[in-house]
Amino acid sequence: MSDTHAHSVAYVRDTMLPQKAPPVTEAGVVKWLRENLFSGPLNTILTILSILSVWWIVSHIGPWFMNSVWNAGSLAECREILGGVSGACFAVIKDRWHQLLYGFYPNWGYWRPNLALVLMLVALAPLLFSGVPRKMLWFSAAYPAVAYWLLWGGTIWFPIVALAGFAVALLAYRVVGKVSALAAMVAAVVAPVLWWMFATGPVSAALSSAMPIGIAPIRSDQFGGFMLSIIIGVTGIVLSLPLGILLALGRKSDMFLIKTLSVGFIEFIRGVPLITLLFTASLLLNYFLPPGSNFDIILRVIIMVTLFAAAYMAEVIRGGLAALPRGQYEAADSLGLDYWKAMRLIILPQALKISIPGIVNTFIGLFKDTTLVVFIGLLDPIGLSNAIRADTNWNGIYWELFLFIGALFFIFCFGMSRYSMYLERRLKTDHR
Amino acid sequence: MATVYDVPPKDAFRLSMLLYDTRYRSLTIQVIFLFLFMAAAAWLIDNTIQNLRGLGKDFNFGFLSVRAGYDINQRLIEYTNDSTHARALLVGLLNTLLLAVMSCALATVIGVFAGVLRLSKNWIVARLMTVYVEAFRNVPLLLWIIVIFAIMTESMPAPNAFRGENATATMYMWDSVAITNRGVYVPEPLFSRSLGDLDLGLFKVSLDLMAIIAVIVAGVYANRRLLRQAERIQNETGIRPTTWWKSILILFAPLLALLVALGFHLGYPELRGFNFQGGTHMRNSLIAMWIALSVYTGAFIAENVRAGILAVSRGQTEAAFALGMRPGMTMNLVILPQALRVIIPPLISQYLNVTKNTSLAIAVGYMDMRSTLGGITLNQTGRELEAMLLMMLIYLVLSLLISGVMNIYNNSVRLKER
Repeated sequence: MSDTHAHSVAYVRDTMLPQKAPPVTEAGVVKWLRENLFSGPLNTILTILSILSVWWIVSHIGPWFMNSVWNAGSLAECREILGGVSGACFAVIKDRWHQLLYGFYPNWGYWRPNLALVLMLVALAPLLFSGVPRKMLWFSAAYPAVAYWLLWGGTIWFPIVALAGFAVALLAYRVVGKVSALAAMVAAVVAPVLWWMFATGPVSAALSSAMPIGIAPIRSDQFGGFMLSIIIGVTGIVLSLPLGILLALGRKSDMFLIKTLSVGFIEFIRGVPLITLLFTASLLLNYFLPPGSNFDIILRVIIMVTLFAAAYMAEVIRGGLAALPRGQYEAADSLGLDYWKAMRLIILPQALKISIPGIVNTFIGLFKDTTLVVFIGLLDPIGLSNAIRADTNWNGIYWELFLFIGALFFIFCFGMSRYSMYLERRLKTDHR
Repeated sequence: MATVYDVPPKDAFRLSMLLYDTRYRSLTIQVIFLFLFMAAAAWLIDNTIQNLRGLGKDFNFGFLSVRAGYDINQRLIEYTNDSTHARALLVGLLNTLLLAVMSCALATVIGVFAGVLRLSKNWIVARLMTVYVEAFRNVPLLLWIIVIFAIMTESMPAPNAFRGENATATMYMWDSVAITNRGVYVPEPLFSRSLGDLDLGLFKVSLDLMAIIAVIVAGVYANRRLLRQAERIQNETGIRPTTWWKSILILFAPLLALLVALGFHLGYPELRGFNFQGGTHMRNSLIAMWIALSVYTGAFIAENVRAGILAVSRGQTEAAFALGMRPGMTMNLVILPQALRVIIPPLISQYLNVTKNTSLAIAVGYMDMRSTLGGITLNQTGRELEAMLLMMLIYLVLSLLISGVMNIYNNSVRLKER
């Protein structure tokens, strides 16, 4: 059949032609350019506008960067070196970087915040990454006391005795637990509170007079710079997550009173600006506390920032709880789990996983909000940039300081958002 | 078998049932909580009373009716330093609202553009928008406010740079806008046959403005009726009458007539003496707050818009095309209504954030409510407790109002489910 056909027509191709290269406009760079930059009139206009704006920015900022001066004692000296050419004076960073990072923390003590930062990374490692040995969680639990001692100094016995409160709780639970489970729970709460309220001061004083081990104490008003931002930010982050979870559960609770209190708290905090809460911390807290009591301003700020972030966190987690299918709650009930077990084993792991992006966004927001402490007189990086400008040597310097501060914040916040993406990928269990 | 359980065992009430019986347990917990809460509240109030007595102060808001004695550099309503603290508060509140409304509007525009452009197939535009969003989301707002304020005050020409034959600075937009280091001067609307002001007791309202708003609202309403009628005709006959020129006429002709009748003209800023005169003077503090808040919040809104558009599944577009809809109709009738549902709730919280973030005006000296009531008034009268409580209350009411209004809107566009 095919034979006859082949004879009946004039020409039949029996070999394939070699493949031709695609036209120039459909291959390589040209194709990419056509598809991605010049696919239509609108896109062409957008591309040209973008290139022009990038060029404008680079041509303005580029020389400024290229001419930057790194060695000078003052802005006037910088300008002398530049000789009328526009250029950055990064000498101010070289001169004052330690102030921007540590505030007025004494020079001889820089090793302490540095060590605390390194230890913080070690303590965070088992929480953040699954590959790290679980035993290190013990160090993470003890870290707050270690960091407190390193940063503020003083006798070593105070943080140790404070930590001992948890041991007291465990002991009380064990001892009373032999009598009744309920009484043990109560004892485990009451005993450490009593310990912290009444025993911590005298015991640590007695121990430090018997065995004076300690490092030089440093007052809170010497704290500043990024160190302060990180202290407030990290403490706020660590404390606001559990508080936020509790508030979210309270808001979803069946109990009317608990629900009302949670809703009231969340809506109040979310309804007022953080700045008013910080002013409350600095101006009004003395009204609300017993006469004569006065406690550390950094601690007050940490409490306010934590409460503020916790309310936002609660809303994020509530979103996660609401996103879970009702069947998950019913399944937990039908397994006979009680409320806390159901929450701990079934609901929260899933709800928290859903809310990771929101939680990390709240963290980032909290970290950025630490800059607001400048308004109540704490010296965060922005406050220090004003202080540096108040020096006659550096009067009138703006962009270099802002660039440095902005870059540091960017690194931290961008790092957090990248970590949240990693975490989402790691916890992803569906197959899509 | 079931009969065994028909009669429940009549146990006497035991105290332990309060804790172990699920019927009573939640009640017990709530009662304990109530006691703890009331104890804490009582403790706080008692402390406050004692502290106030110790300081020799009382708790009253009488200071609001006392003469304020300080000037406010930006006022939307009449105010002198002889006015009361309450009026200073009102001026500050109006400044806060002005800033919030301006910022919300600009942030929405920026956010929608950036969000859509970030999804663009154009490589360079998408990258640029990513850089914009990441740069603004990851750096504190306060820093941006200070940076923009510094740009306005340090990098802009002084008014005297505009003077003389060889001026180093020029005005923009056909000599109508002057950007100086003392602020931005823009043309102001003036009416040569003005209707005057309407005195509302608390403040005066320009009747010209009211008339213009009334005409615009009436025009929009009439236009909607016209469109509805056109739709009815289309439904009946299948032919849609031409409406575009009628719409334009209804919307703009009465407005133009009114403006001509009022003698509308622009007052241009002019360099006189050491400074610009005439025109509307927008202070650097307002400009810095406005731009910083808008651009910062715009980055967040861009992400919400992007998420909203991505949330509409590809199948929806394909289904619309399969029904024979054109791309424009697909966008308007299928994609946008669904995307809006995802976009609006986070948009509400962004508007709330803008309103609260206006309190950062303290950084650049913009006279908002926090600077009047929570700043100068508080310092002058020494009434920290009252001023702070009042300020928190006002912010709280503002937030609740915004979220209430926006929630009503959200409910109206929400998907009606079971």
